[in-house]
Amino acid sequence: MSPLLDVRDLRVHFPTEDGVVKAVDGLSLRLDPGRRLGVVGESGSGKSVAALAIMGLHQPSTARISGEIWLDGRELVSAGAEQVRKLRGRTMAMIFQDPLSALHPYYTVGDQIVEAYRCHHDASKPAARARAVELLDRVGIPQAHSRVDDYPHQFSGGMRQRAMIAMALSCDPQLLIADEPTTALDVTVQAQILDLLRELPAAVLMISHDLGVVAEVADDILVMYAGRAVEYGPADEVFAAPAHPYTWGLLGSMPRWDRERLQRLVPIPGSPPSLITVPPGCPFHPRCRYVQPQSSTVRPELRSAGSAGHLVACHLPEAQRQRQQILHHEIRPTL
Amino acid sequence: MGGYVVRRLIAAVILLLIVTAATFVIFFLVPRLAGATPEDLASRYVGRTASPEVIRDIAHKLGFTDPIWVQYGRFVKGLVLGADYSTGPTTVHCPAPCFGYSFLSQNPVLPDLLDRLPVTISLAAGGAVIWLLAGVSTGVISALRRGSVFDRAAMGIALAGVSLPIFFTGLLALSVFSYWLGITVPGGSYVPIHENPLRWAYSLLLPWITLAFLYAAGYARLTRAGMLETMGEDFIRTARAKGLPERTVVLKHGLRSALTPILTIFGLDLGLLLGGAILTESTYSLPGIGKYSVDAVVNNDLPKVLGVVLVGSIFIIVANLVVDLLYAAVDPRIRYS
Repeated sequence: MSPLLDVRDLRVHFPTEDGVVKAVDGLSLRLDPGRRLGVVGESGSGKSVAALAIMGLHQPSTARISGEIWLDGRELVSAGAEQVRKLRGRTMAMIFQDPLSALHPYYTVGDQIVEAYRCHHDASKPAARARAVELLDRVGIPQAHSRVDDYPHQFSGGMRQRAMIAMALSCDPQLLIADEPTTALDVTVQAQILDLLRELPAAVLMISHDLGVVAEVADDILVMYAGRAVEYGPADEVFAAPAHPYTWGLLGSMPRWDRERLQRLVPIPGSPPSLITVPPGCPFHPRCRYVQPQSSTVRPELRSAGSAGHLVACHLPEAQRQRQQILHHEIRPTL
Repeated sequence: MGGYVVRRLIAAVILLLIVTAATFVIFFLVPRLAGATPEDLASRYVGRTASPEVIRDIAHKLGFTDPIWVQYGRFVKGLVLGADYSTGPTTVHCPAPCFGYSFLSQNPVLPDLLDRLPVTISLAAGGAVIWLLAGVSTGVISALRRGSVFDRAAMGIALAGVSLPIFFTGLLALSVFSYWLGITVPGGSYVPIHENPLRWAYSLLLPWITLAFLYAAGYARLTRAGMLETMGEDFIRTARAKGLPERTVVLKHGLRSALTPILTIFGLDLGLLLGGAILTESTYSLPGIGKYSVDAVVNNDLPKVLGVVLVGSIFIIVANLVVDLLYAAVDPRIRYS
């Protein structure tokens, strides 16, 4: 099967007065139709910037983009702005973190969905409105036929995100990019939205800093650090046998119900690097407890982490990594 | 929505009463507190050679000897019911709504004001159309091309527009376009619209442009700032993510939001101008309310000044009311809360 989305060596650089911010620096990923990919990483790891680059939403005046983004057989980085615009909303759609600010306060929810639909379809207003009601109903808005005329501020947080999803689905996109779709919602609503995303026929690229949320939805996981992928593989593999010290750090700093409560959370020391002066070699090496001699000079490439499709960018030798992994899991600092 | 309108209307009436009371205090109570006697007030309305007895008599007849609240009550009563003014030998009736009676020109104030209102409305409305179109479009283009040559030039000119007073730009425009180039008419050639619409527009062209230059400058800067802010909003990113053409994103999603604060300023500016564009009318000798008020002040004709203040405050209050209602029409979040 040819991938729906194939990103090759994507770089998104922002020239500023202080230097070039390398927000995304050599990211590659692929997403097959109907699959769900979770992209995780700290704030500033380049997740959202990469997503906006795929959508073509960076201003050409501020962002320098190179590499290739293949969507459904078309290359987007070299394509004209007008061509990419016609794909936006139709082939690929996006939902955002805060649905209240992402919806226009002056137009009804229905109008905004109708606008999204009619932008790509030659439909009459009544037909588009019927479509909007149908979509709102599909994403679980009660009394969709009357709520369609409500303004965003009359919706609750969860309903707003549902409305955003309805709007994104209006043209049956093949790819839905969800940028922290549940971060602004409370936990019960969060679960409902995740259920909704899981049931979609479209391929989903979901961005989150929350491994728990990604674990609920994703088939594959890509861990980003300083603008590049450090680990990439099937979700089961990444959670069962994480291969990168940064992933260990993420998992170790996450509260888990399946572990004893007395186990302390282990934070990752230090803070994410400046994207203007990214550390040479492995960008994670200043914070890494398993630094190798070449870590500070040679940039590690993604290579197999053992099982099929599981890739890791780390200099730690295979045998040692497995030992460290065992150490990491078994001899965690306990109180 | 209905309750909202009623609440706003009641508030407007109360505000109007407060404004008239304040004006009354300034023009009739403050002089007295400063030591002026009723006779001092009355002496303005009699000949220079009048004897003290005559002045005292006039002061009594005009009601200046009554307590201040009685005088204010009489003024408000006149607004509602009309009032009678004794001018000595005869009594003049000032029909309701009586905005006051000028003892100097010996006629009620309101008909005078109504005579001059069309001039002021013509000036303000024409100017407003020009400055809205010019200011808002300049602001939008400047915001979209921030840092470009157009942006820098427009903002430079706007700074000049905001800074230069009308009596400077107006006189400069008059000397260049009317006296030097001869393509516009000189000041004082106002033609009412019902006589000749073309001549009317032609005679107001220069005043309109002068007035619009001042306001357009401010509106361009406001629009630019508003657009820069709005275009950074999340819902703009959503609009682009939907695949809308950039034109729709800018006009339907961006400008619509950025215009809301401009609507407020516009309402207030227009209300203020309808109370008399004093500088523009004086510069171009337009017989409007502004010119009228200047003449009234120069002649120390207090009832006329009071009348102008009253009319001006009515315009401002009504403009405020209209703006509030429009706001509710524009922003659904206000309508429903």
